[in-house]
Amino acid sequence: MDILVCVKRVPMVGGKVVVTADGQDVDTRMSGFTVSPHEECAVEEGVRLTERSGGSVTVLTLGPPEAADQLREMLALGAHRGVLLETDGREWGPVATSAAIAWAVGELGPASFPLMLFGNESADTGGYQVGVRVAHELGRPCVTGIKRLELAGEVLRAGREYRGAQEEFEVALPAVVSVKEGINLPRYPSLPGRLRAKRAEITVLRPQWQADGLRKVGLRVPVSSAQRAQVLGQGTDAVPELVRVLGEIGVLQSAPRANAGADGDGAAA
Amino acid sequence: MSDLGASADHGVSAGESAVLCLLEHDGDGIAAGSLRALGFARTLAGSGGRLTAVLFGLPGAEPVVGDAALAEVMAVGASELCVVSAEGLAGYAPVAWAQALEQLAAGQASAVVAAATDHGSEVMAHLGALTGLPVAANCIAASAVGPGSWQLVRQRWAGSVLEDAALEASCALLTVAADSVPVADTVPAAGSDGAAVQPAVRTFVPALTGDDLRVVATESAEQSAGVSLATARVVVGGGRGVGGPEGFAALEELAGLLGGVVGVSRVVTSQGWRPHRQQVGQTGTKISPELYLACGISGAIQHMAGCLSAKHIVAVNTDPEAPIISRAEYAVIGDLNEVIPALVKAIRAADGTDG
Repeated sequence: MDILVCVKRVPMVGGKVVVTADGQDVDTRMSGFTVSPHEECAVEEGVRLTERSGGSVTVLTLGPPEAADQLREMLALGAHRGVLLETDGREWGPVATSAAIAWAVGELGPASFPLMLFGNESADTGGYQVGVRVAHELGRPCVTGIKRLELAGEVLRAGREYRGAQEEFEVALPAVVSVKEGINLPRYPSLPGRLRAKRAEITVLRPQWQADGLRKVGLRVPVSSAQRAQVLGQGTDAVPELVRVLGEIGVLQSAPRANAGADGDGAAA
Repeated sequence: MSDLGASADHGVSAGESAVLCLLEHDGDGIAAGSLRALGFARTLAGSGGRLTAVLFGLPGAEPVVGDAALAEVMAVGASELCVVSAEGLAGYAPVAWAQALEQLAAGQASAVVAAATDHGSEVMAHLGALTGLPVAANCIAASAVGPGSWQLVRQRWAGSVLEDAALEASCALLTVAADSVPVADTVPAAGSDGAAVQPAVRTFVPALTGDDLRVVATESAEQSAGVSLATARVVVGGGRGVGGPEGFAALEELAGLLGGVVGVSRVVTSQGWRPHRQQVGQTGTKISPELYLACGISGAIQHMAGCLSAKHIVAVNTDPEAPIISRAEYAVIGDLNEVIPALVKAIRAADGTDG
């Protein structure tokens, strides 16, 4: 089966996120870019399915020319082909993005991808909707947030956990599935994989941008998130202070074997 | 594209709009996040606006809504509760739910709101696709600036970045980051004449096609054993500093003593040291404990996004410059592999259970 996996190039953010001076973007001068974690798992899932039952994985992204780097990262994980929907670098909303993907599927051969995989939501803009919108554009059923996927002939069995219970879905192919991290543990790229990815040819298509009813005005980092911890001490010397703080917070009371005589004030007062 | 939303001809103004809010069941009541979303929707509807709470009938949930739950919904200021049920709608069916909301909203509602849960986000995405309207996900604030026009604040990066946004649409489709908005004020359940308001409950039967019911969940009642990470009162977190899979024994012991559970950072699951279901963060579980004791965790924003709702964060880290130190309330600078066993010993000693 030929599988299409859609991924997004997102800033690689670590301990701190900084917004550019014009307030329009996350500052990436000191970092790089990567693929959203859920989507990396979608690629891994697609590769595993083709390893078991044949076929190919085409990985697609929408972004600036540099987004070809992310396609190559995914090719190194075992995807077979890369498709770049090239943009001029401005941000595309979910409506425009899903229209572009549906259009590209038409260009690549509408019947060519019985299974399309997405990440549940992108790491950066987190719209939670591109996969669902593409499914509607193509008239296909869609399941989201999937943590378990099994293919039985033309039927897809998919599962996830919700509010402590297991939800199971069964849909017929062709279908759209969005997955979440945890569905698998993505492999590290192999050296031959990297070499193959470096040489691979990437198909470039240029979709038409369209305005979204939802328009970004600006980004900011919430102010309340920066403080400085009160240091209780160094190493094991800090343990008595730590016990006192835990008592103050009130979590020592829930210790299962607290003294019978020590009640509401906490066992370690 | 359908004709969803109040038409401009009728000039529904910001002050007199009708708003729908999707509610979800949680056990035997209305989910807390849904009630917060309902409060959010109340503000959006304005003082004179009509607020309809929408609940889907589920099998085994008879009566669909008890008096206590109904009172909760009315206390937040809903004008009515609409219970949706239909043939074939025996379980969670995202497209059918979105169809029902579309039919309820058509030509009348200026906004449809849901808590940004897996179900809420999915149903709203389908509603957006069915109507061709934009969906603004994870909003924490919204206000109408005119007919068909709103100012929003929404979360990006799971709340580490905020986006100020402008929305233009015939109907605003919003999901609410329920953990990040306040619990709704209760409104007095009295009419203008001082008499108690009778809760209005009505049933709605949507027109559904087979296509709308292609995806229906079957739910197994199988509950995960033990304390759940999402609802634990204490979470003992372990990161790269734990050093390997065997290092978690001390954290497990401490979590057991505190009646809590172990949570881990992404590096721990990507190394295969612990299963992904223990991962705290943007792509794992969001926690809201009384105490999050983060051990050997540097504090990447993707991790911190998972513990924004923790009441108290205490960090144990060898690096005083680690980002977690500027997010925690208290810190111990030291090696968790020495500090945690010593802490376990001290707590046991204080308990009188030290052997």
